[in-house]
Amino acid sequence: MKISVKVNGTERTADVDPRLLLVHLVRETFGLTGTHEGCDTTSCGACTVLLDGTPVKSCTLFGVQADGREVTTVEGLMTGAELDPVQVAFKEEHGLQCGFCTSGMMLVGKALLERNPDPSDDDVRWAISGNICRCTGYMNIVKAIQLAARIKAGATEPAKV
Amino acid sequence: MLPAPFEYHRPSSLEEAVQLLSSLDEAKVLAGGQSLIPLLKFRFAAPAHLVDVNRVPGLDGIKEEGSVLRIGALVRHNEITASDLVSARYPVLAAAAPQIADPIVRNLGTVGGSLAHADPAGDWGAVMLAVGASVVARSARGEREIPIADFLQDIFTTALSSDEILTEVRVPAPAPRTGGAYLKLERKVGDFATVAAAVHVSMDDGTIGRAGIGLTAVGNKNIEPAEAESALAGKEPNEELFAEAGRLAATASNPVTDVRGSAEYKRHVVEVFVRRGLARAIEMAREA
Repeated sequence: MKISVKVNGTERTADVDPRLLLVHLVRETFGLTGTHEGCDTTSCGACTVLLDGTPVKSCTLFGVQADGREVTTVEGLMTGAELDPVQVAFKEEHGLQCGFCTSGMMLVGKALLERNPDPSDDDVRWAISGNICRCTGYMNIVKAIQLAARIKAGATEPAKV
Repeated sequence: MLPAPFEYHRPSSLEEAVQLLSSLDEAKVLAGGQSLIPLLKFRFAAPAHLVDVNRVPGLDGIKEEGSVLRIGALVRHNEITASDLVSARYPVLAAAAPQIADPIVRNLGTVGGSLAHADPAGDWGAVMLAVGASVVARSARGEREIPIADFLQDIFTTALSSDEILTEVRVPAPAPRTGGAYLKLERKVGDFATVAAAVHVSMDDGTIGRAGIGLTAVGNKNIEPAEAESALAGKEPNEELFAEAGRLAATASNPVTDVRGSAEYKRHVVEVFVRRGLARAIEMAREA
């Protein structure tokens, strides 16, 4: 089936088998390997992407379902050469260890800040409760998302990248 | 994991969807997909056709019309969580929605799909039994409304025919003084319930009017403990009565021993959850 998906702002087309999962469309067809396939059973959240701005687990959605819609992956967080505040904050607060869960965590963080610009500890923990960090580095992930909120609000000067 | 091959259909109207279901053999409806797609990936199911209804107009929206709350088949769990109408007037729905799966799954998973999937560990079946809801089924032959107790028949089995699609869930509007609670025990966020209980109570002056109870993950379908419900109706609420209802609900449950706990343990949790849920719901109803 021929599909057309706006991926990180660029219109992409592909001719795919309907059973191809969105995670494989993104990684293999479009070559964007920043999206990670972890558990493959809707549990870990490593494969999270934004579909029309909403976090979804791309292992539990078919690529054809994204036809005509907009997908944002971790590669789409940067604007030109500029890191997103969430990326800056993850770097600053050491919000990653092995990095496997990071793209999902950052996208969930970004979506959270769109609707809640000043999330409490609990708000962040609630938002990332569908994402597993196998390094158990949650403390710094929570701090990073809150730092991103302050950077976005202009309350903190983002560090030089 | 790759599902077995299937033919993909994406109808753009309800008429087209029901025509597809009546003409195709071995077709499954794809809504949120958060239960169906894992089943396809494990190849527990291998339908020849998938009918993706996500772009069918008219299946969305949460609205109160007359004495009924209408929940469109494509309403996602998180839309229930975000609904001011639901949080103001439908406490058991509001309590259950944020406890389903995890926040990302709730962005896609639907109320209607969860009911049609009929997993006995699904949360909405218990909630809908407690509130006395019904579902609307549409096919090329017409439309019918099915009380939820008749709709949920067995594990993964509903009253839907293969050519029917669930279009709407109908919840009766609550009486003026109503309270509700959904208590769920899970090992971690996103796991299926070990046990959960939905309680929905309306108060008439000092006595209990209608009490509805639904149980999750303690039988081959969501269970409505009718004896516990009728033991409550017309009575003055007190701790002893709640404990009695809890015992009756535990008797009505039929859990099995598995990795999440022994049957005995789960039955005990039913007793405790029904007792606590009643206390919480009645307190809420009194304050309403």
